[in-house]
Amino acid sequence: MEFAFYLSGLVAVLATLGVITNPNPVHGVLYLVVSLLAVAMVFFSLGAPFAGVLEIIVYAGAIMVLFVFVVMMLNLGEAGVAQERAWLRPRTWLGPSLLAAFLLLTLSVLLWRGDAGMLMQRGDALTAKAVGTRLFGPWLLVVELSALLLLAALVTASHVGRLPTTPKPSSSDRRQEAP
Amino acid sequence: MEWLTPQVVAIVLAMLQALVILLAAVLAGAVLTVVERRLLGLWQDRYGPNRVGPFGSLQLIADMIKIFFKEDWIPPFADRPIFVLAPAIAMASLLLSFIIIPITPGWGVADWNIGLLFFLAMGGINVYSVLLGGWASGNKYALIGAMRSSAQTISYEIFMGLSLMGVVAMAGSFNLREIVNAQQGLWYVIPQFLGFCNFLVAGFAVVHRHPFDQPEAEQELADGYHIEYSSMKFGMFFIGEYVGMLLISALVVTLFFGGWHGPLLPPIVWFVIKTGVFLVLFILVRAALPRPRYDRVMTFGWIVCLPLTLINLLVTGAVILLVAPA
Repeated sequence: MEFAFYLSGLVAVLATLGVITNPNPVHGVLYLVVSLLAVAMVFFSLGAPFAGVLEIIVYAGAIMVLFVFVVMMLNLGEAGVAQERAWLRPRTWLGPSLLAAFLLLTLSVLLWRGDAGMLMQRGDALTAKAVGTRLFGPWLLVVELSALLLLAALVTASHVGRLPTTPKPSSSDRRQEAP
Repeated sequence: MEWLTPQVVAIVLAMLQALVILLAAVLAGAVLTVVERRLLGLWQDRYGPNRVGPFGSLQLIADMIKIFFKEDWIPPFADRPIFVLAPAIAMASLLLSFIIIPITPGWGVADWNIGLLFFLAMGGINVYSVLLGGWASGNKYALIGAMRSSAQTISYEIFMGLSLMGVVAMAGSFNLREIVNAQQGLWYVIPQFLGFCNFLVAGFAVVHRHPFDQPEAEQELADGYHIEYSSMKFGMFFIGEYVGMLLISALVVTLFFGGWHGPLLPPIVWFVIKTGVFLVLFILVRAALPRPRYDRVMTFGWIVCLPLTLINLLVTGAVILLVAPA
């Protein structure tokens, strides 16, 4: 299983590099989907199939679909690709990359010196029941708070997205609801 | 012959079994294309394809020869890699879902504790096939079809997952084999009738069968997302739809109608009969119902089906807590 772990980890890293360097927005989002699937495989190889499947359902299956949806709606085309190319000049990416490399260095040193065995330890398989008891036991408050936040977001979205109550006569034929 | 240990034999047998199930699923999908046209003909007072072979039984072979030898045309304005990838996703994600379906006590590919979640995950991946196919075609009709399809599928997937949770709560497991075994006394269609109705509606929508075939509404979108596809790439979308039908029927049987359980006949026969009934139902619905308007489909999903599944889940949970020993 260790082999599967390193292989899917490698795929995740390469796919994420693809997200950053690809000038075409749709291709970039697709690389992100591949990256998320690879992370799900990492979860599987670590013996947490429940977390892996949730990763696929929630991130790859729901959230990324919306990303793809929006990028396709904007339909940037060739102009967008050219703009992305222009932004990929070394002058733009050198600074952030140096900072990120510094973070990577810190992480590697910490991993190197720390107890590496701790990272790969085998615990009990994570089951839906265990997650549920945990979420609705000690973390109940956080669950309720996030539910409130999502409700607020929903109300806001439906307010922003609602149709005007008195449409102009010229555009009323576009969207006529049944009486 | 010392490599022929019992372990190796078991592995080879399991692989052969998986291969047989895969081939059976694809073949059944292909045969369904002809069965559907014959049945539609029957219900609409016409003959349907009855010229090739006795009673049109060789129509499938004629269709396959035709579709294999058509020109495989990729439009110059298409996004080539994604254009090729999309039909593969359509077929593969649905076929992979057959892994979790227990056909008889001895037959079935995998016996996973996350079984049902795996199906939902593959359903999520399947959305991409339509979305990417529509976008990569570089065609406005295809793009609009893909937009409609993804909006519809995401809406219906939400309560598809929720409608299954009643069954999961009653069986206490995501493992489909355990769910089937829990139905020995009483099929879940009776205590979970609302869940069954909602899952069936959501199943129709997720494999975008009629009356939820908005993405390919011929009269408005000239076939929607697969308008630019030809030859076997179109064939993958086409067969994929029937494989999806088969998958949803098999899942309905497994989750709500006791899987292989039944008196007298052997388990495999019961499974095939029950699945066949739901396949015919899929076709009957197409023959009988007109296609509703797109905004009605979305409103129906959010305003009728979602509250119903939530009520179902609430009542199921309350009953389980009441009945369960404290």
